[in-house]
Amino acid sequence: MLNSLATTVTDTVQQVSQVTAGSESLFVTIMKGFSNLAVPVILFVVIVLGFVKKIKVYETFIDGAKEGFSVAVNIIPYLVAILVAIGMFRASGAMGYFIKILSPLTNLIGMPAETLPVALMRPLSGSGSLGLVTELMTKHGPDSFIGRLASTMFGSTETTFYVIAVYFGSVGIRKSRHAIASGLIGDLVGLLMAVFICRIVFG
Amino acid sequence: MNYIWLALMAISLIVGAINGRLEAVTTAAVNYAGMAVEISLGLIGIMAFWLGIMKIAEEGGIIKILSRAIRPIAKFLFPDIPPDHPAIGMMLMNIIANWLGLGNAATPLGLKAMKELQKLNKSEDTATNAMVVFLALNTASITFIPMTVIAVRAKLGSANPFEIISTAVFSSTCATIAAVTAAKLLQRLPNIRKSDPNRMKEDSREGDDNA
Repeated sequence: MLNSLATTVTDTVQQVSQVTAGSESLFVTIMKGFSNLAVPVILFVVIVLGFVKKIKVYETFIDGAKEGFSVAVNIIPYLVAILVAIGMFRASGAMGYFIKILSPLTNLIGMPAETLPVALMRPLSGSGSLGLVTELMTKHGPDSFIGRLASTMFGSTETTFYVIAVYFGSVGIRKSRHAIASGLIGDLVGLLMAVFICRIVFG
Repeated sequence: MNYIWLALMAISLIVGAINGRLEAVTTAAVNYAGMAVEISLGLIGIMAFWLGIMKIAEEGGIIKILSRAIRPIAKFLFPDIPPDHPAIGMMLMNIIANWLGLGNAATPLGLKAMKELQKLNKSEDTATNAMVVFLALNTASITFIPMTVIAVRAKLGSANPFEIISTAVFSSTCATIAAVTAAKLLQRLPNIRKSDPNRMKEDSREGDDNA
């Protein structure tokens, strides 16, 4: 999920740099440096500019931070609703049937059947789909076509249902109108494009 | 959402019963409910931190500067929002955080943006077009450094864990364009148009300052 994803970022940067030291391209070094520096730079700019504009930075910070609790608590019912439904769906074995129904279609576009569960899980559960990607890469190797495609799929979209539950939940929106349809269309295009580009780049 | 939720629940219970997995289904319900609360409460600290920082940014005028900088794009994506509104700057901050793979910062910034968008909403519980477009940007979100998956690849001994960055950026860009286009097109459908909480104001450009 989003927050567990984020907490791993700092230690993963270290692990990744150990593993890839030496074989790392300039692009990657720049990207990584950028990512590491982004938060300190943002904080610095905000605080210094606040000071220049003669804002009472401490009081203002406290004022804003007060809202943190209520926002987090507001999300709870929305997140419980969607996560429980997804958890039940996974536990019931319905996912397996879904995959069976869809597999003729995926063969048609050149998508390995093994990666279909990742595609279906991606919009529903961040940790669930990451688990599937990890499993596939353990089995087939991270540098296999399946491993690369699964990784690309994971990086292609966000966890649509989680984002919708949290974002709308925080302001009490219950009628999401066309948000889910739009999000799922984006997911579908992203996943198809992942297959397409991986076939071109990784053959 | 009503139908999707209903479908997920009903299918789980029926399929669970057929498979004789009802016990697993109920256990999952209990576990996931607990997990949802943990995730939400886990957000409090980081939420408070970023909301505090954003308050300084807002009062210091940074959000306004950002809003102005992307006025042309914002006008196209969010025609209902007054161009100088802080919501635009907040959304930009959230999207930049997403690009940089700063999941930790992106959520609080995004929620702050939602709060600003909600101020422009005439209804309490119905999403506006601007919200749906913003969520489309977020659910498909482009990430230049998908760190989590790169880390897993590295751990499993990939020769080049980063090689999926270009393919992921490509497909997430396509996903974003598709999601936003879908949001823009779907909002024209008669049914969805009718449910627009701001439809009374559709022709006026001032937005609503004293709603």
